[in-house]
Amino acid sequence: MAQSTDALIGLYRAMCLTRAFDAKAIALQRTGRLGTFASSLGQEAVSVGVAAAMRPEDVLLPSFRDHGAMLWRGVDMAESLLYWGGDERGSDFAGPRQDFPVSVPVGTHAPHAAGVALAFKLRREPRVAVCLFGDGATSKGDVAEALNIAGVWRLPAVFVVCNNRWAISTPVERQTAAETLARKADAAGMPGERIDGNDVELVVETAARALARARDGQGPSLIEALTYRMGDHTTADDARRYRDDAEVSRQWAQDPIARTRRRLVDLGAWGKAQEEGMLAEHAAAIERAVERYAATPAQPPVTLFDYTYANLPAELAEQRAAFRPEDA
Amino acid sequence: MAAVTMVQAINMALARAMAEDPQVVVLGEDVGRDGGVFRATEGLLDRFGADRVFDTPLAEAAIAGVAVGLAAQGFRPVAEIQFSGFIYPALDQMISHAARMRNRTRGRLTCPMVLRAPNGGGIRAAELHSESPEALFAHVPGLRVALPSSPERAYRLLLAAIRDPDPVVFLEPTRLYRAGSEDVADDGKAAPLDRAFVLRPGEDLTLVAWGGVVPMALAAAERLAEEGISAEVVDMAWLKPLDTATLIESVARTGRCVIAQEAARSGGVGAEIAARLAERVLDRLAAPIERVAAYDAVLPYPRLEAHCLPSETRLLAAARRAMGRA
Repeated sequence: MAQSTDALIGLYRAMCLTRAFDAKAIALQRTGRLGTFASSLGQEAVSVGVAAAMRPEDVLLPSFRDHGAMLWRGVDMAESLLYWGGDERGSDFAGPRQDFPVSVPVGTHAPHAAGVALAFKLRREPRVAVCLFGDGATSKGDVAEALNIAGVWRLPAVFVVCNNRWAISTPVERQTAAETLARKADAAGMPGERIDGNDVELVVETAARALARARDGQGPSLIEALTYRMGDHTTADDARRYRDDAEVSRQWAQDPIARTRRRLVDLGAWGKAQEEGMLAEHAAAIERAVERYAATPAQPPVTLFDYTYANLPAELAEQRAAFRPEDA
Repeated sequence: MAAVTMVQAINMALARAMAEDPQVVVLGEDVGRDGGVFRATEGLLDRFGADRVFDTPLAEAAIAGVAVGLAAQGFRPVAEIQFSGFIYPALDQMISHAARMRNRTRGRLTCPMVLRAPNGGGIRAAELHSESPEALFAHVPGLRVALPSSPERAYRLLLAAIRDPDPVVFLEPTRLYRAGSEDVADDGKAAPLDRAFVLRPGEDLTLVAWGGVVPMALAAAERLAEEGISAEVVDMAWLKPLDTATLIESVARTGRCVIAQEAARSGGVGAEIAARLAERVLDRLAAPIERVAAYDAVLPYPRLEAHCLPSETRLLAAARRAMGRA
């Protein structure tokens, strides 16, 4: 089932916004205005496509590279910048209040997805927990335990492996001897499917099917979406140390954004004017987000004490009382 | 009111919490039909049904991780790890997620969960069934750590742990599960958070203990009384955060302190207690602070275990040294 042209335009625009945001974040990091940032360059179709298949009341459990999904779900770009700029308030999103913050440890959020899905099942709510993680995460016990538990309890969860082929310097061939990562679903007794993760329409369609299945009480699924990490692991990484430029260049032929644009052009639904209009619009929106980010008043240093517990325990209250910001 | 053992008191607290709050659910290995290997969850499945009590696959990280997900959705999961020696896979979930969910979302998502596990030795159990890992958790900002030392305190501390809006690691001394019984009113009253119990007032010496060695400290105090030494016994109950005020007040008055700790000596909670006393009341101390703990050896199997763990004899010797009567 192909997307309607309008829907496809929406997906295209979201992928483009994600990429432009990504470029801006890297520029901000390079000029000392943002902390270490994990680029999602090249894998936008997976992140955006999965989020697009969700309903607002579903819950997203993202990896740290899922800017596309988070922005689609309503996280503000200024909030994302705040997080990557080193401010905890960036994960206190105004939008999707029940969505999880990014998981920094790889794959350890997969059991949370099982827990969230169990909550939905217990309350008999037609909602789905959607967990995104990378190929490296599939080597972890947490992911195996989460898939297993979701399978045995038939939980309304969808697990998506964004297989971008690289876990920092480790290629997926060194991550597993399994023929596909989707096959890991077999051991958990759930359907697993490998798809072209650079085909945004296919991502939406596959995720929508898995979500419908979960919502209908038929249990969890695993989707392996094949894509490619076009950028460095993070701004602190230099992929040229371990990866051939030629390989990266070849991958540009699969670029999900160029592919979607070609399709829209073929459909007669997109042209130079729309493209230029969109780029200008995105640039302006990103500028406004950067301004909001830059204008966000700093947290008073003493607030570092205030969210560790609901109520400040005596020993922490004592440390807070003795705290002097000028000592740092 | 009936006399109950500690494990029955824990069961009573779980049932009470579940009856009062439909968000309280119990999960873990064998907690359902089997009622838990120590029977702490016995009868809960029949009484509250399969939507409130779940047997999990054998996966400790996922038990803690599923609890994190449930808690973020507003449930109050009480997850059981079958033995504290198998709690280590859950450390990552507790440290990297449960302890910091509130902070990293500025309170948007929270983690009102309890991770229960039997703790400590003294029951001649198999290897890795007698661990005392409390210091590993007590080091972590964002967690609370509680250990009961009697049926009544188990009931009230567990209710406090379940009602607390933050994650609590609740470690139950295996050796006290059935060591005795006492009348516990099932009145739903929780112990205060973060507060130690002064179990026996005294003037000459403060014995500080928690969990499985508390009865040993009480017995030692009785013996010391016969020798004319008045020992105060403080049950810390909460190891994170620590009730410094009660400690300071007691030791400032007695001038002597012996800390009894079932866990290995170095880097244990006793070291933190000793440090706080040194910071606050060093000038009031009439003798060096003593620590009676397990040796820094790998915990022996049952045949040698008693030689490694603290004993009443070692506790008495330390107390007498502190009193200058060695």
